[in-house]
Amino acid sequence: MTDRFVPKPTPETRHYWDGAKAGELRLQRCTACQQTYFPPRPFCPECGSRSVAVYTASGNGTLYSYIINNIGAPGREPPFAVAIVELEEGPRLMSNIVECDQTPEALVLDMPLEVTFEVLTDEITLPQFKPAKGA
Amino acid sequence: MTPNSVAIVGAAETTNLGKLPDMGQVMLHADAALNAMKDAGLTAKDIDGVATAGHNPAELAHYLGITPTWADGTSVGGCSYMIHIRHAVAALESGLCNTVLITHGESGRSRAGALASPVFANHYDQQFELPYGVSIAPTRFTLPVMRMMKDTGLTVEQLAMVAVVQREWAAFHPRASYRDPITVDDVMNSKMIAYPFRKLMCCLVTDGGGALILTRADRAMDFPTKPVYVRGVGESLESPAISQMADMTSSRAFRTSGKLAFDSAGISHADVDHLMIYDAFAHLPIYGLEDLGFVGRGEAGPFIAEGNTRPGGKLPLNTNGGGLSYMHSGMYGMYALQESVRQMRGISPAQVDGAEISVCHGVGGMFTASGTVVMTNVA
Ligand SMILES: [Zn+2]
Repeated sequence: MTDRFVPKPTPETRHYWDGAKAGELRLQRCTACQQTYFPPRPFCPECGSRSVAVYTASGNGTLYSYIINNIGAPGREPPFAVAIVELEEGPRLMSNIVECDQTPEALVLDMPLEVTFEVLTDEITLPQFKPAKGA
Repeated sequence: MTPNSVAIVGAAETTNLGKLPDMGQVMLHADAALNAMKDAGLTAKDIDGVATAGHNPAELAHYLGITPTWADGTSVGGCSYMIHIRHAVAALESGLCNTVLITHGESGRSRAGALASPVFANHYDQQFELPYGVSIAPTRFTLPVMRMMKDTGLTVEQLAMVAVVQREWAAFHPRASYRDPITVDDVMNSKMIAYPFRKLMCCLVTDGGGALILTRADRAMDFPTKPVYVRGVGESLESPAISQMADMTSSRAFRTSGKLAFDSAGISHADVDHLMIYDAFAHLPIYGLEDLGFVGRGEAGPFIAEGNTRPGGKLPLNTNGGGLSYMHSGMYGMYALQESVRQMRGISPAQVDGAEISVCHGVGGMFTASGTVVMTNVA
């Protein structure tokens, strides 16, 4: 059990959370204009088409921006970084940076990252990012 | 809108600001509203339009004894009151109502009679941000700043100077929470909250409220105070999730709202005598100065650090001390508006001599929303 904040999937985001549980970062791409977008929704925010497909992303990204939380959060001991990750496919999303010192020296903007997964509950697994291997 | 078609004829804050554990949220709204009605020489029976954020406008109207023919409950964060002014101008111009009361009340510190969340809930936040341990605003509103620093050269010392300069303005205000001078070293040695943000780069948490009364300009001379005309207005929204802000070095909502306000007012930047930019955190005046077009990209940090916005500088900014020093209940925009009104009435404790045009720019949520109001005392 955890006192962490646990997301509740909605019908429109179920594929994302099912993907995370299966160890995949799933994004959506418009089959009309090819735009990849996030957060999930069953239509393309660029062109309005409902013709969209779910696919498994590369899991590669870079560290776009971050803060280091020094005051804590429910179920979390400070300090820990909260980051914006820019995915290879284009969208950005929030993440922690795990398997890494939580210091400005270790967290360098534009460093390569790769997805990993953190099991929160039986139902919910959270996509997370860590420094890319060999980087 | 037509410039100067509507005037602010009543304006007041709560009788006290700061730590008010004996006054619940609804009464903070009402205390400010009663003070604003007194300021305008009106009673609740004279009000037929109500707007508020973070609270059901129906409760406010009923609590105060108002029978509205127009209501606006837009609640997108601390700039909701700037947006209410824009909506009120449209309502007054089209005759939907005649006298609008806009109220704010928030027990940010004491949490007396506080409601669950002042801002509309959203799924982006619930599913894609809260799980990562963002908690109170300092741990998320600050997220774009490292990118801003890398891409534009903004420095932490320049952020510290925002707080230093605003404390100079707060010293003029007897009602400001913090009035003693601070230095860059004081800011840089204050407690680390969310790297790179330290405590003195973050807003206060206090209790208080404020209210405004607006009517059509043709009635404005019938009131006891100097009319303050609404010359221009703008508003916009971006994303409720800061991770989805399209450009982390510039706010689309700021750019859109600011341009609408300047264009509708028919003014240029050189016309602006006084400026308020909602400062929940030290980076917001930086983004505001650049996105409103007062300075170019990467120039706002040096512009403030060189003293251009301090007392005696060429662009007086946040002359009440801002959310960093004056007060910040949560949705601070109302207090920025109150200082713009005081400046246009010529009664601010930090009065800018001869000021005729004030721009008051607000942010809501975490770069989620924006509202901008251009005020003038020249009809
Ligand atoms: Zn499309």
